[in-house]
Amino acid sequence: MDVILFLIFAAISLVCAVNVVIQPHPISSAISLIGVMGSLAVLYLLLGAEFIAAAQVIVYAGAVMVLFLFVIMLLNAGRETAQSKSETAHLLGVPALLVFALLLAYFLRQRPEEGVHFGGFTGGSAEAVGRALFTAYLLPFEVVSVLILIAIVGAIVLARKEI
Amino acid sequence: MDASTAFYVISLIKILVVFAVLMTTLAYLQWIERKVIAHIQVRPGPYFVGPHGLLQPLADVVKLITKEDLLPPYVNKPIYLAAPFIAVSMALLSISVIPFGPKIDVFGYQTYMQLTDLNIGVLFILAVSSVGVYGVALAGWSSNNKYALLGALRSSAQMISYELPLSLAIAAPLLISNTLSLRQLVVTQGGAPGHPGTFWNWNLFHGWQWISFIIFLIAAFAETNRVPFDLAEAENELVAGFHTEYSSMKFASFFMAEYANMITVSCMAVLLFLGGWVAPWPAKYGSGLVPVAVFALSGLIALYHGLHPARRMDRFSLPVVGVVFLIVAAVFLAPFTQSWLLPLFWFCAKVGLILFAFIWVRGTLPRFRYDQLMVFTWKFLFPIAVMNLLVTGLVVALV
Repeated sequence: MDVILFLIFAAISLVCAVNVVIQPHPISSAISLIGVMGSLAVLYLLLGAEFIAAAQVIVYAGAVMVLFLFVIMLLNAGRETAQSKSETAHLLGVPALLVFALLLAYFLRQRPEEGVHFGGFTGGSAEAVGRALFTAYLLPFEVVSVLILIAIVGAIVLARKEI
Repeated sequence: MDASTAFYVISLIKILVVFAVLMTTLAYLQWIERKVIAHIQVRPGPYFVGPHGLLQPLADVVKLITKEDLLPPYVNKPIYLAAPFIAVSMALLSISVIPFGPKIDVFGYQTYMQLTDLNIGVLFILAVSSVGVYGVALAGWSSNNKYALLGALRSSAQMISYELPLSLAIAAPLLISNTLSLRQLVVTQGGAPGHPGTFWNWNLFHGWQWISFIIFLIAAFAETNRVPFDLAEAENELVAGFHTEYSSMKFASFFMAEYANMITVSCMAVLLFLGGWVAPWPAKYGSGLVPVAVFALSGLIALYHGLHPARRMDRFSLPVVGVVFLIVAAVFLAPFTQSWLLPLFWFCAKVGLILFAFIWVRGTLPRFRYDQLMVFTWKFLFPIAVMNLLVTGLVVALV
């Protein structure tokens, strides 16, 4: 059952991810991205990380993507026309893909014994995540929050110059 | 029947019952809303379809189903068709984690009066409702209509802004109850088996949590796009807002979604602050007799007016209503129904109270201006919610 669900939602997320790139219309791309976020949340849920799954939906699907849609709707962005093919993409695309595939294969071969156990992970509850964030990973957590604050201040400064 | 078959059968029955009750409530909530607002405005409201307009919801459903389903030629078809579906399915989904009562015995099978209990129940509802925003946003965009687009933009901006104070207001009672499961929330507020349960255990009366409650209610009004925050469908500016281009059942889907969202946030308010299915005072001081008294009194009043009819119809309709109410009162007296009917009664009574407040506010308050709406949440509601959460967290940590 777990494996079947995993395969279904992994397939959905992959199809949606490809769809994000190949769709000509920004709104369709954004909706496909929501599909990716949603199926990722289901994958987290299958692995037993229910808090991460809920946070994934609330933050990414519920807040970030709504803002994306909002901007696309405000700008009234229309259908994108295909640009003439760039030289760099041709030269670097295929080697980069090959290197990435090799790296992935290397890491997968490194730990063949550590299979995925559905529901075997117990650190996914809200309590466990909170404990980890405020003990072992306190410094990274605080640094990230400062980083986000800087980003907000930066955005406001940039927006003010426009007026 | 082995245990797993029994589980599936009972779950199926529970789903069917909850779905049927929810659908009926959705239809009749609209009738109640029209009646209450009519009486606030000193007019009778729906009156002609059935006694006191009681069959009006049925007539409305038939009308909406049989109306022509228009598909404007200029819309973005797949998204236009998907949007009402997203809105209504997300709105109905969140009822699946709401607990209506404690564990009960049905013919030897122990089961909870709840479809399923997630240990992240509160987050689940927040997640589902945040996905529901897409129904409104996509409907407005795909309609290819400037009024619809403006309505959708307003609505998504408003929902994102008010989600912050809403989540912060929810976090304060969660800190006190120390759980994310909706059933556990009620248990910590005096719903544990054997606990007498008084209103003093409710989170609303826990210190200054009434502040969280008020913030929650205000944000909930905005989240459900209700008056005074119904700028997404401000009739005098935007025709009908995001659902301008929708007709027939697709329009009805948005309508159902709005009312289902109202019911969900009312259930949330009751579970988070008002102790869920817990009676306001212990049963040994007679809280179990309240429903009997309420129904018997209503039945007697109806009977009296049936015997002294003001209108010709009343001679037939009111005695029937009175007898039904008296029968319901008698059912509440039967000992084997009390274990599950009493919690259900208190839960429904509290949810009904909040729903009445929703309707009352709609009949009383004018609409906000758009800039006032944003200034109100970002410069007033949000800071208060943050302060409230900080102080609550400090007190919970120290005590």
